[in-house]
Amino acid sequence: MGTNKIPSALTIGIARGGLEVKQFMRQRESVVFTLAFPIMLLGIFGSVFTNELTDGVTFSQYFVAGMIASGLVNTGFQQLAIMIPVERDFGTLKRLRGTPMPASSYFIGKVIVVFVSMVLQVALLLIAGILFFGVNLPTDPAKWFTFTWLIILGSAASTALGIAFSVIPKSGRGASAVVSPVVIILQFFSGVFFVFTDLPGWMQQVAALFPLKWMTQGMRSVFLPDSFAAREVAGTWETGRTFWIILAWLMAGLLISIKTFKWERDR
Amino acid sequence: MSSVINVRGLEKSYGSNKAVAGIDLSIQPGEIFALLGPNGAGKTTTVEILEGFRDRDRGEVSVLGVDPSVKGDAARTWRNRIGIVLQSTSDAGDLSVIETVSHFAKYYSNPRNVEEVIGAVGLAEKSTELIRTLSGGQRRRLDVALGIIGSPELLFLDEPTTGFDPEARRAFWALIDDLRKSGTTILLTTHYLDEAEALADRVAVINHGKIIEVATPELLGGRATSLATVSWHGPNGLQSERTDNPTALIRKLTETYKDEIPELTVKRASLEDIYLEMIGGADGHK
Repeated sequence: MGTNKIPSALTIGIARGGLEVKQFMRQRESVVFTLAFPIMLLGIFGSVFTNELTDGVTFSQYFVAGMIASGLVNTGFQQLAIMIPVERDFGTLKRLRGTPMPASSYFIGKVIVVFVSMVLQVALLLIAGILFFGVNLPTDPAKWFTFTWLIILGSAASTALGIAFSVIPKSGRGASAVVSPVVIILQFFSGVFFVFTDLPGWMQQVAALFPLKWMTQGMRSVFLPDSFAAREVAGTWETGRTFWIILAWLMAGLLISIKTFKWERDR
Repeated sequence: MSSVINVRGLEKSYGSNKAVAGIDLSIQPGEIFALLGPNGAGKTTTVEILEGFRDRDRGEVSVLGVDPSVKGDAARTWRNRIGIVLQSTSDAGDLSVIETVSHFAKYYSNPRNVEEVIGAVGLAEKSTELIRTLSGGQRRRLDVALGIIGSPELLFLDEPTTGFDPEARRAFWALIDDLRKSGTTILLTTHYLDEAEALADRVAVINHGKIIEVATPELLGGRATSLATVSWHGPNGLQSERTDNPTALIRKLTETYKDEIPELTVKRASLEDIYLEMIGGADGHK
């Protein structure tokens, strides 16, 4: 036997990321769904609500922030909480468990594929928004800075929570029935489809417990003029609080994933 | 410590059901060892404990000198030395054979050459095809390729040829024979007795969570010395006699028939007969 070292968890994780991206790109239906669905929704909502919310802020502009934030939840949380039980059913996970690949490499691979599909999705959504729905991009570099950390931190948190939630569906077949309602309800509560402050107070308070509300608010701080902050619940963007809350959800997701991850179906 | 696998007093229960009720095993380097037993006999539980997939209740287990319940980096070092071919995997249809095998090669410290492994399992021509286009037998060969890519010292093979046609099974056996020549120790579980007979150096029969017997396929269940059935065409039609001394009987028959004994056959119990008797015997009270 040779004396080479076993590759590090990070090296294997990056290799897994490459493989996952390749697999994702080859599943045409899911590529189309992930990339085109947000654009379709933007088109529908942009056509239904044509009024301006305040001076110069169209509903499309408001909605783009919500779509990007819920894209984080869809590509990370929803996809993984549905896909991982399928991988468990297929025996993919059990096979991986029998190799020297550590669980952390598997998680790193998932973060990479979520991040890559997120970047593609946001790029296409913004291009379509600018071309067809009169969406304006921010010009302030500080806003782009917020945008960047929101995408990175949001993808990571959403991935970790998707892996954590994947223990709940008993089988791959039932997974989407368990996961999708959670996501759809959160989207309504978090001000993705409606102006958040127009929602009933109790809904706002429930939403504030979950990360999607904060991701959405964070994205609004990027895409809406600062004058609009006055119309938020706190009267400001609460950027610092947003960062800490999403980070806390990331940590919770990681912890739960490490403690409860299931490689095999219960028998 | 010279055994590759060493098991003493292994026990495992699920609720009130004692799946493994005190098993001892010792498997030597370079050996192909077959574990035979009906469904629910404790075969899978035993193997999964050895593979580190399951905890045990009691007993000592050492696989390549390591306790399979090992965690963390020590587990990675241990898994780097073993290969596992599971019963059924049906994943990753959107990757090609070579993409999958080269990816798994990245998990190990000393992987075998990817093309060589693909060739060894007979998939050279399918190398760039997507997995979802492979037949069942070809997929199984890919499973084996993934099991041996890390140049394991010990390979677990779980019912490798279930669902194969006879030709594919023969080809698969030849592949396992090549692995034997390379010195890999193999623990094989199978339902097929001809498979155990063709491949295994030793066979253990397991039932009700216990090992009933461990022997070479030729000697299992006293097969070599069991009664033989001698039959021939006598004056009153086909006649047969069970005897522990068929040679003496035939000598007697040659005196009666002088010339050729019509339709003479001597039949020893097949491994299957012996096996069915063994597991049936353990079930005898039913």
